[in-house]
Amino acid sequence: MRVPLSWLREYVDLPATETGRDVQAKLISAGLEVETVEHLGADLKGPLVVGRVLTIEELEGFRKPIRFCTVDVGSANGTGEPQEIVCGARNFAVGDKVVVVLPGAVLPGGFAISARKTYGKVSHGMICSSDELGMGDDRTEGIIVLPPETETGKDAIELLELVDEVLDIAVTPDRGYCLSIRGVAREAATAYGLPLRDPALIDVPGPNAFGHPVRVSDPAGCDRFTARTVTGLNPDARSPIWLRRRLQKVGMRPISLAVDITNYVMMEIGQPLHAYDRSLVQGAIGVRRAEPGEKLTTLDGVTRTLDAEDLVITDERGPIGLAGVMGGADTEIGDHDDPGKATGDVVIEAAHFDAVSIARTARRHKLSSEASRRFERGVDPKAASAAAQRTVDLLVLLAGGTAEAGVTEVVAPGAPTTITIPADHPDKVAGMSYGRESVVRRLQEVGCDVYGQDELVVTVPSWRPDLTDPNDLAEEVIRLEGYENLPTTLPRPPAGRGLTHRQRLHRRVGRALAGAGYVEAPGYPFLSEQVFDQLGLEADDPARRVVKLTNPLSDEEPALRTSLLPGLLGALRRNDGRGSHDLALFETGLVFHPREEERTAVHPAVDRRPGAEELAALDAALPEQPRHVAVVLAGAREQSGWWGKGRPADWADAVEAARTVAGEAGAELTVRKGQYGPWHPGRCAELVVTEDGAERVVGHAGELHPRVVKTLGLPARTSAMELDLDVLERVGDDTPQAPGISTFPVATQDVALVVDAYVPAADVEAALREGAGELLESIRLFDVYDNAEQLGEGRKSLAYALRFRAGDRTLTVDEASAARDAAVALAGDRVGAVLRA
Amino acid sequence: MSAPNKSYDPVEVEALKPEEIERMRDEALAAFAAADSLDALQEAKVAHTGGTSPLALANREIGALPPQAKAEAGKRVGQARGAVNKGLAARQAELEAERDARVLVEEAVDVTLPYDRVPAGARHPLTTLSERIEDVFVAMGYEVAEGPEAEAEWFNFDALNIGPDHPARGEADTFFVRGPEGGTESGVVLRTHTSPVQIRSLLDREPPVYVICPGRVYRTDELDATHTPVFHQVELLAVDEGLTMADLKGTLDHMVQSLFGEGMRTRLRPNFFPFTEPSAEMDMLCYVCKGASVGNPDRPCRTCSSEGWIELGGCGMVNPRVLTACGVDPEKYSGFAFGFGIERMLMFRHNVEDMRDMVEGDVRFTRPFGMEI
Repeated sequence: MRVPLSWLREYVDLPATETGRDVQAKLISAGLEVETVEHLGADLKGPLVVGRVLTIEELEGFRKPIRFCTVDVGSANGTGEPQEIVCGARNFAVGDKVVVVLPGAVLPGGFAISARKTYGKVSHGMICSSDELGMGDDRTEGIIVLPPETETGKDAIELLELVDEVLDIAVTPDRGYCLSIRGVAREAATAYGLPLRDPALIDVPGPNAFGHPVRVSDPAGCDRFTARTVTGLNPDARSPIWLRRRLQKVGMRPISLAVDITNYVMMEIGQPLHAYDRSLVQGAIGVRRAEPGEKLTTLDGVTRTLDAEDLVITDERGPIGLAGVMGGADTEIGDHDDPGKATGDVVIEAAHFDAVSIARTARRHKLSSEASRRFERGVDPKAASAAAQRTVDLLVLLAGGTAEAGVTEVVAPGAPTTITIPADHPDKVAGMSYGRESVVRRLQEVGCDVYGQDELVVTVPSWRPDLTDPNDLAEEVIRLEGYENLPTTLPRPPAGRGLTHRQRLHRRVGRALAGAGYVEAPGYPFLSEQVFDQLGLEADDPARRVVKLTNPLSDEEPALRTSLLPGLLGALRRNDGRGSHDLALFETGLVFHPREEERTAVHPAVDRRPGAEELAALDAALPEQPRHVAVVLAGAREQSGWWGKGRPADWADAVEAARTVAGEAGAELTVRKGQYGPWHPGRCAELVVTEDGAERVVGHAGELHPRVVKTLGLPARTSAMELDLDVLERVGDDTPQAPGISTFPVATQDVALVVDAYVPAADVEAALREGAGELLESIRLFDVYDNAEQLGEGRKSLAYALRFRAGDRTLTVDEASAARDAAVALAGDRVGAVLRA
Repeated sequence: MSAPNKSYDPVEVEALKPEEIERMRDEALAAFAAADSLDALQEAKVAHTGGTSPLALANREIGALPPQAKAEAGKRVGQARGAVNKGLAARQAELEAERDARVLVEEAVDVTLPYDRVPAGARHPLTTLSERIEDVFVAMGYEVAEGPEAEAEWFNFDALNIGPDHPARGEADTFFVRGPEGGTESGVVLRTHTSPVQIRSLLDREPPVYVICPGRVYRTDELDATHTPVFHQVELLAVDEGLTMADLKGTLDHMVQSLFGEGMRTRLRPNFFPFTEPSAEMDMLCYVCKGASVGNPDRPCRTCSSEGWIELGGCGMVNPRVLTACGVDPEKYSGFAFGFGIERMLMFRHNVEDMRDMVEGDVRFTRPFGMEI
């Protein structure tokens, strides 16, 4: 809502020294979100005067038509001689009154005016358009032509009200009444402790039987309908400058006098109005719900198929307007620029419609208007007849019409809202003591009627339909007393228990991966299903079952991710493209899987706690959303440098990342050879844990499939890992047990075993561990060797360092050797390992 | 050792003459002094203190002396040998110190050589800033609560007093999840705020409830310099007996002091949210200029655009209707809540100029933030 300060001052005697910024501060602390204060004409400097065009000489030989004019500006130019001005506009004639800016003036935007030579003539100033004066759109092409009675030589800055301040207020949905100058003036009056001159407090004749007939067949949708008629409008009457200027300042475009007046009164009082050309309305005006399939062409020229819930205004023929949203084209009042169609008689509608009904209709037809915005947020029903009267008065005054005596008012019976609160309720909400007196006074300032002592019976004003609950009244008191005056205290929560196991794990995983050189790169969860083909997933891969959005940002990416890899690989590619080639990225985040049985989420009532079954049904309708962790790597894992050669990132780093994560989770992770979509079939590890006694694959790690690397345009040998972190959390044990530390000396034995190349090192190590028995303290693979000449084709050598130690004695060489021999023997039995010669 | 000389002739024991012993001693000391390396000193040591050195040989002659002369000669030789050993040790220490000093010089390196063998990783600042905020409240006794990102409309809207026709529901730029068989009605949305976690917390726990709810939220905004469709919020909820707006204000002040330092405070401006009543917009004092830039064109403040205050987010007293929807008796309990965006705070706390920098995963952006913020 844009509020010109000059208009506001009409209803509140704000101190003359108060600037827009001052008023802004006051209104902000009263709870109005005044976003900006626009200073119109701040950099405007005269002389800017009314001139009368004396002569026009058309200059020939230029690309566009140019006029050389002489203009009488009275004594404004100091000489009284005609002012010579070159002008490119053509919408004026000799004798017209125009706005002339003289040399020495500065127009908005710092545009300084001086006499200058142009098109072979010297132009001593300029004839102005509304755009050049920063007045906003007035639908005119070319320069401003003023009413003929305007006095020549008069200061146009004042005439056109070019200097003003405009507050721009973002009105919250509960403050519908502030979508009017009246509502904002009420807040300003309260904030300054000044009286309000309420523009809706005017004499209104009582209803009678002579008005235009109105039949409301849905009083729940329309609890009030006032109709007034004005006849004999002068087709030549135009909106006066002050009216046009006010509309421009609030951001509306002047259209025609009758429409401008209804818009003006809506802005002033907040009541949306509609003017019908009476000659086009056939019979009684009705209000009802639309018949399904009925059609209506609205003022914007769109033909709409109506819904049975839409509230419509009708005449004998059918719908003539979408109630409270937009009028129909059939009864539109004529434009005076369109000769022969000018409207002589109008019927004014000032009605009150149900907020929910209007909101639904506006949403259904994707049609938000100034009227619907107001009805959705609540319009003062009691201001309807006053608004109709204001409109009638202005039509009589400005358009030379005659008000008919008939006054139609259809009013559904209703009681005002009454709320009972303890007098100290605001105190209890605020945490400070205002006292009954202040509470009552503040509520009265809001417009409430208040009765009672300890229990206050509060009747809320008609323009505040948002006040329904005790806390609504508390807020009114507290905001008017000033949020800035609230004390500060700290509550005392019960002793806390810190982060949960799961939360600590998520942090630990992030730190561990960052510690290992990975950079976190959280991505959007939106993806294209094409990516599953690019990743080489089988047609029946469960990851292809996705949750989809009805309104994705991009139609290319309608699905929610089932894997973190697409996003993370995208980040890898982006970084690579930007010149960072040695990359290690990670992400933890949710992935989304549809349930086996998809359900629609219920909407339990909100006047009580939902039952256990309702809650279960709500959760059953949600997708599964496990938390995953993933890493991707490319380029060098270790840089080359003065210290020596570096090392490229490879499959082993990806597997190591999985072990790092599992280690943080305290989960026992089995790594074995695997094969899965995106990964290189020979360099893919399947990551397995045991949950409830059953093995479960929780992810994969390794080098990506060369085809995937090519399709997705990734750096060669890109490696990746992805794991279900939730499963790791469930199977993990975050209470490691301390081992016994023996202080006896260690006995070290190295063995080199030769096995078939396909034998997994993990199996060899497992056999050695088991065979070595409990004296084994640790085992470490320190070399892998596969020289075919020495070992034979298809063989490899694995060299292990075994460390033996006992807790109660120094081991003898024989004891250590015996344990080693047992280890080698079992490895021989299990995997055919033989000691390397 | 030779046998005692029974027929001795003192005159013939030339080696035990005092001058002779002094000479041997001086020659030894001179040889040590002349040794210019530990190796040379070792040679001199063998020559002058070894078994065949003159003093050792002289010592052997003592036995041949008559008893009354033995004591005197023994003392003389002993003193000389003592002086020689002392001299040797001193020279040894000297030369070792010289050698050590030389080795240290030789082993010197250029400590300015850069080392980035494995470049450091980093956590995203949105993660770490969120954790930093969580920690402030965990220290006060709050729990951290989480919930699903694809959420039932009932949790995201209905229970928060945002009914199907509430204007705020139409305004929220919500992503809707497709229903079964591709239908449009699923009753599930991508949560537009972390407030549904508050509802879940109230349903899961008996009051008093003190929770902080961080997480990712979604709105249908196109990504640009100041908007992102996926962003992060932290929300707080406290429900207990007798909680007031003063408690809300105190808690907010405590938070900004914890995050931005002593002397920080917040300001409340009345506003409207369906889930709180009374509701407020909260601003924090600009932590850079502390308000000094207001009306002071000589000292403009980039962080707060010389407004003195920085907009943080929304807050208020939990609407009793929300408590009712969660089965909490609003006659007995009251509560307060607030929420704000982490992206915004990261932008003004760390001078991030473009939202896109936070969402593109560029390692150059994230690395400087390290492990903690």
